[in-house]
Amino acid sequence: MSGCTAGVDVGSTQTKAVVLDGAGAIRGRALVETGANVFAAAERAFAQACAEAGVAEDEVLYLVGTGYGRYRVTFGHAQVTEISCHARGAAHLFPGTASVLDMGGQDTKAIRVAPGGTVLDFCMNDKCAAGTGRFLQSAAMALDIPLGELGTIALRAARPVRISTTCTVFAESEVLSWLSRGKKIEDILMGVHQGIANRSLALLRRVGIAPEVTFTGGVAKNPAMVELIARYVGMPLNVSDDAHFMGALGAALFARDHVASRQTPRARPKAAAVAESAAP
Amino acid sequence: MTAIAGVDVGSTYTKAVVPAVDGRILGFAQRRTGFRLEEAAAETLAEACARAGEGAGALDYVVATGSGRFQVPCRDAQVTDLTAHARGARALFAGTRTVLDVGGQTVKASRLDERGRVVAFRLNDKCAAGTGAFLEKTARYLGFATEEIGPLAATSHTPVSISGVCAVFAESEVINHVSNGAAPADILCGAIASLVDRSVQLLRRLRVEPDCTVVGGVLRYEAMARLLRDRLGGTVHVPQGELAQLTGALGAAVLGLQRWQRARGEA
Repeated sequence: MSGCTAGVDVGSTQTKAVVLDGAGAIRGRALVETGANVFAAAERAFAQACAEAGVAEDEVLYLVGTGYGRYRVTFGHAQVTEISCHARGAAHLFPGTASVLDMGGQDTKAIRVAPGGTVLDFCMNDKCAAGTGRFLQSAAMALDIPLGELGTIALRAARPVRISTTCTVFAESEVLSWLSRGKKIEDILMGVHQGIANRSLALLRRVGIAPEVTFTGGVAKNPAMVELIARYVGMPLNVSDDAHFMGALGAALFARDHVASRQTPRARPKAAAVAESAAP
Repeated sequence: MTAIAGVDVGSTYTKAVVPAVDGRILGFAQRRTGFRLEEAAAETLAEACARAGEGAGALDYVVATGSGRFQVPCRDAQVTDLTAHARGARALFAGTRTVLDVGGQTVKASRLDERGRVVAFRLNDKCAAGTGAFLEKTARYLGFATEEIGPLAATSHTPVSISGVCAVFAESEVINHVSNGAAPADILCGAIASLVDRSVQLLRRLRVEPDCTVVGGVLRYEAMARLLRDRLGGTVHVPQGELAQLTGALGAAVLGLQRWQRARGEA
């Protein structure tokens, strides 16, 4: 396979990698937990995505890193911010995208994009983790329910509780206190989802909500959150099966631009050699 | 003999104090609040009475405070945390004009007039950064129980730096410090220093007037008291040992005593 490019998105919780073939189609994807060793996670995700695509790592012409740990992707050629990558990935899969909501493990971003995926404006939760996927994770832990099942259960709610907690750290104890007061799990979970959806709506409003709205990030896998955000913005959302690979996809597309601009790709630097010079 | 009690139902711990007529503490008790607030209040009151040599049924007047003060069925009155802490701090240190209470889920700073009434206050009740909850969470992550925080942090010589902006983001910093091989004592002491940062910020917004009295469960830890003293300068009072955690309950008890005596005087 020739003309391959790749993107690695090192998120706070999970690291994602995407490998594109010469025609720009996704050939390999990988998702690994970031953990404490960010560099190892990035390498592992890249290796897995290459394996799935059936290409050797050396065949990848250009590799772009993104996400909060992008500077630890020392074996890559370049870094691009996750804001640009999410916008680019979203606009690639849904060309009509005007607003992007990305909900990740520790941050939520609202991005206003021009046709083609250029970022016009963005805003994110920079001060605290309230209203991010992390809040769902705390609730899942408190209730001992797998993260992937939260949305389905929440959708069964008849009388959602009102979660008053802002801080993610207090979410766990508020969830337990509702439980001890005899509230149903689905009603508590729906309350949790509504709290997060409300906060992300506020972010979206600050950059402007315009059709079409594309929902990306790991939390876009959650059916209750998709339904709530769609209801709050008043229109159906674009949600791809690859929602949580959107940043990595955007990075791989930037890598493709680079290759297409015919700049001769240099050999990918050796990780160890760059590790020192790349230190901030 | 009359028996009065103050009970402080906090987000994390419930504390009860039974005072003597002169305000000295005869008996006290504390336990984790949990989710059955009425039970926590009843148990601590009974235990404080037992230690004071009173029967639990013999209480004449009970004043409740803390976020769970309305869940104390046997109360005769309730007062806000700010009032209770102001009273408690003045009972311990008569010159107190500023009170800082670092609790499990909230941090409160209040300024008092010369008679001990609260004239201004600032709260952090929305965010876990700067609270005992963050410290407990960090300890739990490192594999230590709450009781081990104090002794361990006291052994730290080179605390690591931990941001006081968001407890969730700070957790990532803690994980990084662990993977870089930092000692648990230095990480815990760094977490305590981040609490101090937040407390000092809150106090600055209030404008500190001396003397300053700092209370709350987190003040059980010597490192917290030491770092706060370093940062604040001037006269900083810290109640001895467990008293730091009992100040709110003591304040409620002192108020109860006064109200009871006044009622008896009028009768």
